Amino acid sequence: MSEPVLKLKGVETDIAQYHILKKVDLDVPRGSVTMLLGRNGVGKTTTLRTIIGHWQARAGSITFDGNDITRLPVPDRARAGIGFVPEDMGIFADLTVEENMILAAISGPLDAARRDWLFSVFPPLRTFWNAAAGNLSGGQKQMLSIARAMAERRTLYLIDEPTKGLAPAIISTMVGALRELKAQGASILMVEQNFAVAKALGDHAAVMDDGRIVWTGSMAELANDATLQERLMGLSMEMQ
Amino acid sequence: MTIAPTHKPTFADIPLSERLAKATPLLLVPVLVLVGLAAIGNPSSWLTLTVSGLAMGMMIFIIASGLTLVFGLMDVINFGHGAFISVGAFVGISVLLALGGWAGAPSLLLNLLVVLLAVIAAMIVTGGLGWAFEKVIVRPVYGAHLKQILVTVGGLIVIEQLIAVVWGPEEIFFSRPETLKGAFTFWGAALEKYRILAVAVGLGLFVAMRLVFRRTKIGLIVRAGVENGEMVEALGYRLSRVFIGVFIAGSALAGLGGVMWGLYQEVITASMGEELMILVFIVVIIGGLGSVEGAFIGALLVGLLQNYVAFLEPKLALVSNIALMTAILMWRPQGMLPVVKAK
Ligand SMILES: Nc1ncnc2c1ncn2[C@@H]1O[C@H](COP(=O)(O)OP(=O)(O)O)[C@@H](O)[C@H]1O
Ligand SMILES: [Mg+2]
Repeated sequence: MSEPVLKLKGVETDIAQYHILKKVDLDVPRGSVTMLLGRNGVGKTTTLRTIIGHWQARAGSITFDGNDITRLPVPDRARAGIGFVPEDMGIFADLTVEENMILAAISGPLDAARRDWLFSVFPPLRTFWNAAAGNLSGGQKQMLSIARAMAERRTLYLIDEPTKGLAPAIISTMVGALRELKAQGASILMVEQNFAVAKALGDHAAVMDDGRIVWTGSMAELANDATLQERLMGLSMEMQ
Repeated sequence: MTIAPTHKPTFADIPLSERLAKATPLLLVPVLVLVGLAAIGNPSSWLTLTVSGLAMGMMIFIIASGLTLVFGLMDVINFGHGAFISVGAFVGISVLLALGGWAGAPSLLLNLLVVLLAVIAAMIVTGGLGWAFEKVIVRPVYGAHLKQILVTVGGLIVIEQLIAVVWGPEEIFFSRPETLKGAFTFWGAALEKYRILAVAVGLGLFVAMRLVFRRTKIGLIVRAGVENGEMVEALGYRLSRVFIGVFIAGSALAGLGGVMWGLYQEVITASMGEELMILVFIVVIIGGLGSVEGAFIGALLVGLLQNYVAFLEPKLALVSNIALMTAILMWRPQGMLPVVKAK
């Protein structure tokens, strides 16, 4: 197997005076979907924010695509090929859907073929292309947030709970879109609390507890072992 | 699992009342103008005061636009902004005095040319000063409001003293270029030519800014950055560079405002910027921190109210603006057009 696209070694992150990540070791294999799982508050969001650079790792190293990015400023990490979908979606509410997408295309104008593909996976974006993004529904905002990360081809996508609070029909739109993304050869590291979605999309799984990765393996293995799930994640996981 | 989206695309429901609430600040200016007419009674006095109020509002807007963006983008409170107004005025008026022959000639072309040169010189100097000010004074105190207030007030005092060193401690009196003196009479009202020019310049700048903010990528980055700087960075843009650009542009605009204010008053002093900052801060606060459109509406309200009240009850002119601020903040604690901030 080739080198992992992303490698975290002994990463520690503090938020204010709190020691949140306590030595996170994680490999994200290339061209597949890795699910980052675990109870609420164990540090999944903090891990993604440390990878993009919104929190600075106090110790340890982050290697992306063979380069050490531990100390790189956030925009440089993005330009190195990391797309980020934050837990709060990070929509620019005052801007239109189109303007959000124009900003997402960082290396030039938004590619028309790419845009049409995004319209096909997220039809509401076409409908509301000229509307203020703040007026979209929750599901549409989530589509925009993901579409923004997908506006140009990236090596790695960090996606934080893309199905949180969404209706089932919209969740299947999301799953379809992420499958297409994966089919294009992208690597994805995704936090997901909906176990059905995690199972449907995930190739690999990493489970966190109290600021550490406590288990890694294949998603199928975890999905088929109820006692393992119980032990690693307790009852907070939405079983479906 | 099926991929087809079965949900109907619809907007989240926005109640009509909320949509109307968004538009009300836009109506305040015409409402104030009409209330002014009712209170003043005499249409020609009212027209004179209205033009004067709009001119003053436009100049304050030009000064306030940069300050509100500087706050919106990086949460930086910059009291030093007042210094750029004064420096701009002194540089610009020096150019005007140096080219006294052109300014005194009865030629509109030469007069406008000398004003243009004065403005360009003022904007270059204040833009450069802004660049240095950001680097030396503001950057070390990102994220610390109390320190920002202390060091930027310190910077303001130092620059005011430097003005006294270069130009002397006395105020400088001068007169406007020849063809910009005097007034038109229109409908029985005396409308000063310079005020009409100031309104035109302010309106032109507002329209130009709107175009930049809506039609250019850098404009989109600034608007997005005011809302959610973290996300702008995560997309791959360096917010700190954008901020420096905005700081320089805002300082240059303060310089432009200084020249315009100087020409309006026909006298300049080192402390003129500091004195204007009271109105500028009121405008930035009532407009909504970070909102250029809010600052525009706020500046027009402040300019008009100041002129109407000064005519009706001179002693209450400044108090009226503080009352306006209080009333608006009671109605909308975040200002008239608050920027939706992430987190
Ligand atoms: N901005 C913050 N300030 C203080 N504590 C925080 C902040 N963000 C997260 N935390 C704490 O860090 C821990 C991990 O949070 P998070 O990474 O969001 O967990 P998860 O995404 O796994 O639910 C939690 O205990 C949370 O309270
Ligand atoms: Mg989280």
